[in-house]
Amino acid sequence: MRFLAARLGAMLVTLLLVSMAVFVIADLLPGDVGRTILGPYASPEQVARLNAELGADQPVVTRYTRWIGDFITGDWGKSYLFDQEVLPLVLERLRNSVYLGGFAALIVVPISVAFGVLAALHGGRFLDRLISVVGLSLIGIPEFVAGIVLLVVFAVQLQWFDVISEVPRTLNPVDWWREFLLPSLPLMFVLFGYIARMARAGTLEALRANYTRTAVLKGVPRPAVILRHVLRNAMIPTISVIAVQVGGLVGGLVVVETVFSYPGLGQLLLRSATGHDLPVLTAVILVTALIYMVANMLADLSYVLLNPRIRGRRATA
Amino acid sequence: MTIHDPVLPALKSAEVARPEWLEILRALLRSKTFLVGLSIVLFWTLCALFWPLIVPYDPQALNAANTFQPPSAEHWFGTDDFGRDVFSRVLAGAAPVFATAPAATALGILGGLLLGMTAALCGGWVDAAIMRFVDALLAFPLLIFAIAVLAVVGGSALNVILVIGLAFAPNIARTIRSAVLEEQEKEYVAAAHLLGNSLAAIAVREILPNIWPVVTVEATVRLGYAIFASATLSFLALGLQQPSPDWGLTIALGRGYVQYAAWMVLFPAAALATLVVGVNLLADGLRDVLEE
Repeated sequence: MRFLAARLGAMLVTLLLVSMAVFVIADLLPGDVGRTILGPYASPEQVARLNAELGADQPVVTRYTRWIGDFITGDWGKSYLFDQEVLPLVLERLRNSVYLGGFAALIVVPISVAFGVLAALHGGRFLDRLISVVGLSLIGIPEFVAGIVLLVVFAVQLQWFDVISEVPRTLNPVDWWREFLLPSLPLMFVLFGYIARMARAGTLEALRANYTRTAVLKGVPRPAVILRHVLRNAMIPTISVIAVQVGGLVGGLVVVETVFSYPGLGQLLLRSATGHDLPVLTAVILVTALIYMVANMLADLSYVLLNPRIRGRRATA
Repeated sequence: MTIHDPVLPALKSAEVARPEWLEILRALLRSKTFLVGLSIVLFWTLCALFWPLIVPYDPQALNAANTFQPPSAEHWFGTDDFGRDVFSRVLAGAAPVFATAPAATALGILGGLLLGMTAALCGGWVDAAIMRFVDALLAFPLLIFAIAVLAVVGGSALNVILVIGLAFAPNIARTIRSAVLEEQEKEYVAAAHLLGNSLAAIAVREILPNIWPVVTVEATVRLGYAIFASATLSFLALGLQQPSPDWGLTIALGRGYVQYAAWMVLFPAAALATLVVGVNLLADGLRDVLEE
């Protein structure tokens, strides 16, 4: 538990640093808040009055403390671009992204773990080579390339799917499949490579370990050795990499949501960044950083909890 | 994109007598993975350097009478919305990739070496401070960091290099740090300390020559990521600007025409995919030879 407390503390400090960095970056953006809202025809007096009202004329430290205070109490301000409260907007987009990312993860994680283990059990032979080469090639394909090619083939030419993906309106799995399969495939390609590779490496290491040899020499049947000794140990690094990669999904989501015009958090990030919509941009970045950090912490935590040898000691990366 | 590779630390600890150059070369030439990767990367490198000599048409030449032509004997990959030859643009598109990704990788490696070696050699509070800083930088997914920064400073080749290099440095620093910590346990480093060498001298003369396999593999892996990242940024309209034949940018601009001119995006997409896969194969081959 001391480990958890230390990690939580470190996370809060990092989050604070990130929020400062975000605020400074946002502050560097060219343009004046009052001018952005009122447009080019407002008089300088009107702009100055609005700036004073919004507190935009205060020193940086004052503005930062006020902003972070508002943020923590749930007052995230209003979006310039969408003319809407930021908090519900971000939450809605986040939910949409979680649906899409969750769909991809749910399908790809079991598949890639299974193939990774299969590759390790066939170590060095044809199947192993095949899985490695396929995984390595899939990792290399940027999400937007895979997305565009899938879009051209399956949505434009074959018309099996819509060109634009939406949030499924019903709980009917067919609906989810139709809306999400195409956009989640590019994410799955990248995830498959990483997870299968790690599952393979973990299994190989466990196969070579002394406890496996002992079990084999004791006469335990092979399936039991693999299930009880090899797989349990192989899953330790695999689960950690899954947590890290699922955190990393955020980056892939930006691309995929743009390609398929899906109203998720990634698309919101890109639009607020290019449209200089600061309240939204800062909120999205903070939320993303928080998710990413929690995923990383869960990765480390799972590593500690699953591995009795380092329980209690500090997990080193 | 962080990935904890369990293979790396295990291999680093393996005590191998440093193989001679010739042996490494021989092992590399025996590795099919390495050779396939090398041929792909060499092909695109030649395109990046010599495209003006091989392209059949000027990649920027507009031809209003000849837009959206499907692939034919005259235009192997068809023509685009401005009547430009797609084949020529795909070949020329290698140039901007090779102008950004290697530089970004080099910057990341340099930053990572500096941070990682300083942290490992100084230890104590310097180590703690550097690693905290690294952790803070790693709290951002690379792409999110890049989007936020590029939205502020604007997209250009130089900015893309700086952003990707900066985003890479923390991860590389971690790898380098653990490699240096591993080396520091060894006797030759203790001997160098006893001889009264300065930390900087030990870093450059003793440790660096012994961690170069780690650095080489890391650099190749990162090069693949850098190509991936810079193409993605171009695609999101945050990287290179028009009328660069950059593949990511071309794909982004061709998106609107996929219904009737799919060749405009499929060929640059294939070019990009082959290059990234080629670099990854190269990295895998190098890893097998250098770290085993």
